[in-house]
Amino acid sequence: MQAQAARDLERMVRERLAAEGFLPEAVKTFAGPRRLTLVAEGLPAAQPDRHEERKGPKVSAPDQAIEGFLRSTGLTRDQLVEKDGVYFAHLHRAGRPTPEIVAEVVEAVVRGFPWPKSMTWGAGTLRWVRPLHRILCVFDREIVPFAIDGIASGDLTEGHRFMGPAQAFRARDFDEYQDGLARHFVVLDPEERKSVIMDAARTLAFARNFELVEDEGLLDEVAGLAEWPTPVMGDMDPAFLDLPPEVIRTSMRVHQRFFAVRDPRSGFLVPHFITVANIEAEDGGKLIAAGNARVLSARLNDARFFWEADKKVPLEDRLTKLRGVTFHAKLGTMAERAARIEALAGEIAPYVRDDAQTKAWAIMAAALCKADLVSNMVGEFPELQGVMGAYYAEAQGYDPEVVDAIRQHYRPQGPADAVPVQAVAATVALADKLDTLVSFFGIGEKPTGSRDPYALRRAAIGVIRILLQSRTRLPLKSFVSDELLAFFADRLKVLLREEGQRHDLVDAVFALGDDDIVRIVSRVNALDAFLQSEDGANLLAGYKRAVNILKAEEKKGALPTGEPVDMPKAPPEEAGLINAIGHVDLEIGKALAKEDFATAMRELANLRAPVDAFFDKVLVNSDNPAERDNRLRLLAQVRDAMGRVADFSLVTG
Amino acid sequence: MPDKPLSFQGLILKLHEYWSAQGCVILQPYDVEIGAGTLHPMTVLRSLGPKPWKVAYVQPSRRPADGRYGENPNRLHQHHQYQVILKPNPDNLQELYLGSLKAIGIDPKLHDIRLVEDDWENPTVGAWGLGWEVWCDGMEITQFTYFQQVGGLDVHPVAGELTIGLERLSLYLQNVDSVYDLRFNDEFSYGDVYLANEQQFSAFEQEVADVEVLKRQFEDMEREVPRILAARGRQGQALVLPAYDHVLKASHLFNVMDARGAIAVAERQSYIGRIRDLAKACAEAYVAQQGGNAPDSAALERAEQYKKKALF
Repeated sequence: MQAQAARDLERMVRERLAAEGFLPEAVKTFAGPRRLTLVAEGLPAAQPDRHEERKGPKVSAPDQAIEGFLRSTGLTRDQLVEKDGVYFAHLHRAGRPTPEIVAEVVEAVVRGFPWPKSMTWGAGTLRWVRPLHRILCVFDREIVPFAIDGIASGDLTEGHRFMGPAQAFRARDFDEYQDGLARHFVVLDPEERKSVIMDAARTLAFARNFELVEDEGLLDEVAGLAEWPTPVMGDMDPAFLDLPPEVIRTSMRVHQRFFAVRDPRSGFLVPHFITVANIEAEDGGKLIAAGNARVLSARLNDARFFWEADKKVPLEDRLTKLRGVTFHAKLGTMAERAARIEALAGEIAPYVRDDAQTKAWAIMAAALCKADLVSNMVGEFPELQGVMGAYYAEAQGYDPEVVDAIRQHYRPQGPADAVPVQAVAATVALADKLDTLVSFFGIGEKPTGSRDPYALRRAAIGVIRILLQSRTRLPLKSFVSDELLAFFADRLKVLLREEGQRHDLVDAVFALGDDDIVRIVSRVNALDAFLQSEDGANLLAGYKRAVNILKAEEKKGALPTGEPVDMPKAPPEEAGLINAIGHVDLEIGKALAKEDFATAMRELANLRAPVDAFFDKVLVNSDNPAERDNRLRLLAQVRDAMGRVADFSLVTG
Repeated sequence: MPDKPLSFQGLILKLHEYWSAQGCVILQPYDVEIGAGTLHPMTVLRSLGPKPWKVAYVQPSRRPADGRYGENPNRLHQHHQYQVILKPNPDNLQELYLGSLKAIGIDPKLHDIRLVEDDWENPTVGAWGLGWEVWCDGMEITQFTYFQQVGGLDVHPVAGELTIGLERLSLYLQNVDSVYDLRFNDEFSYGDVYLANEQQFSAFEQEVADVEVLKRQFEDMEREVPRILAARGRQGQALVLPAYDHVLKASHLFNVMDARGAIAVAERQSYIGRIRDLAKACAEAYVAQQGGNAPDSAALERAEQYKKKALF
């Protein structure tokens, strides 16, 4: 929220200053737990004078209209200027002093600030994120005077809540402000707070031969909670290390905002934590470390209670409870969803790895994969769904494949997340996502614009990545509607574009009607390599020329059908192309049957020289209708042979 | 910290002394089972309407689902909340609160006192507000809230609420790990006073309570609230206060059913909605009784002035 507030502040102030004719040289904003700051550099002492020529009524217009114009401009008739029978008013507005405008801008920004949630306080009516206590506003070392809802602006601000002198101090420019805050134990810049935290936390861990478990999201959060961030290391009862490390880390992060610490050699957690305090305590942080350690113990005791209690209930017994959990009002309960995933896993398994064991494990894992949603631990830490199910399945003695599939079935959850590739895990992860996609598309809940509340785009990209990495040949059409297939095509384009691939090639390949993502992508890759070669580029030009001719001729009447033949007296280039296309067509067929797209492309490359030579020497539109028809048949054959590899008409390059 | 930390009752007495000096009415706990100090009618109802109000009290707060049979060192079926309401909230509410911490022996130069922004809501009584969780060395010791709505109605002037979990704070002050080891006073421990309660009520609320009976009683309460609100007292007024007692009872019955595992996940929202409707009806009747919920005239005037300014 703080970072968003800083961005909103900058945008609003810039817009309003610009509307008043100001273009500051630099605008910087800073957000923290107690203050929101903006500094604009390079504003002149006053607004520039503004001239405006405003067009009025015609000279011949009725008096009423002219008087109205005079009223709106504040001029008299002899001050108007006549041009081509129309009155113009030349208005001159002297620029106002900058502080006057700054005062208006600040008031407008404060009153219109887009806090996601705002409040009133006391008996006032002003809305702000929390009670607003002070406004420090200075320009050119002078206070900009104004008041908002009884809060008068000034040159005073307060430092740290507890450290340093309690009185407010004065600041008349940005340097005084920033330095004054630093002297009063406030680091203004959130980026600086982050680097202070990282440096100190790494040093604390390093001094004990440990390593900080870095966590970018947590760092952002704690940097927003302290004005004088001071990492302190504390101890954890080593007995808690028998809890799953995910539980310890989540409890530390979610409940306490602690960083975890690990052994750099083994990677295992060590029984310590780092908290980021807001003070440099007079006792060096001893009481803070001890107090935080006690709270962590209480939290981990709760976690242990959940862990022990959860392990007493077999996952199968939890399935009945899923009947009471609504997945979505139109899509039934979580139990129904689990049953759908189970059925889907059985259908998908043979495509991933065709053996009975894989299928049996996948069905078993799919049936159990949602059971942990009604466990105590997941109730407490929803982010551990899947992970806890896996631990509980493991404790019950399920096969490692089943355990792993339960653990991984939500994956991948983002571009940086690992993709399940083992057969059982991949099967259940696919079933989970396909059920999500088919269900929500089935009730018309499709993503629109930036709205994708059910993360369907992520689910589709997840399916694509799993299929590609596990090399699973899944005929998507037997699982999804045409509409959903098109959605997959769009996602594939996005994915390839992010990898730097041309997206028009996806269209060119999808147009062939294929629904096997693995095949589509290897075709796209082969096509891309081909089009980057000189032969490919030239052949594409030849293809387009052929298609254009065919289109033009088609307008005159139906194209001749059938195979081209060797005509008597045909130029050698015509016979050469007929010969080449016959051979290439045959070879392409063989290569495609083996899904050897590189060879298919190489065969296409063999067409380049004969096609170029043909266009060079042979006139398609011969006066002899038989010759013309034969040559059109030949071009159509070239087009169709190439069309078996990709729809080249959709290639834009 | 003083040489000997405050006992549990010493802590309560110290807080009473401090908030009494701020002009608060010091009240006794409400005598109906309540899930949180906020639900006390002296908070829920008195935060509505235009009249100023200052109160502080201890409220035993029953959370049947949190019962651990006296076996968990810090989870209780019933804990105690210290509740302060200042309406309208004074500008220096934070300073007053931090002063109360010093009064009970927490030195902010030695302990990490943090105000962590927090959106508070209690859907059962249609209430929400913004404020902070106050952390002391990583432990949440206070919920600090500026009420914005109660019973679905705007709160104006705004009431500032402080809710302090007394057991947690006392564990911290006395530096002990189990609530049962807290010194209640110099002669008795917390366990002497409350262990039997925890053991018996945990068993009752999680195993013994009869779901059918609870359900029937809940439905009785639900029928009673509108009936009581429709009646009139000797002075012709709506009987808001007795009606609201029945809302509290319904809320507690729901909590016991929940602890008993008798509320399916899908039913939860509907139960909460039913209680909220009852609470709203009481809030509306209360506000009507207070002569409306209109902002005070000074605030209206300021808003008017600003409107003119904006037009200019």
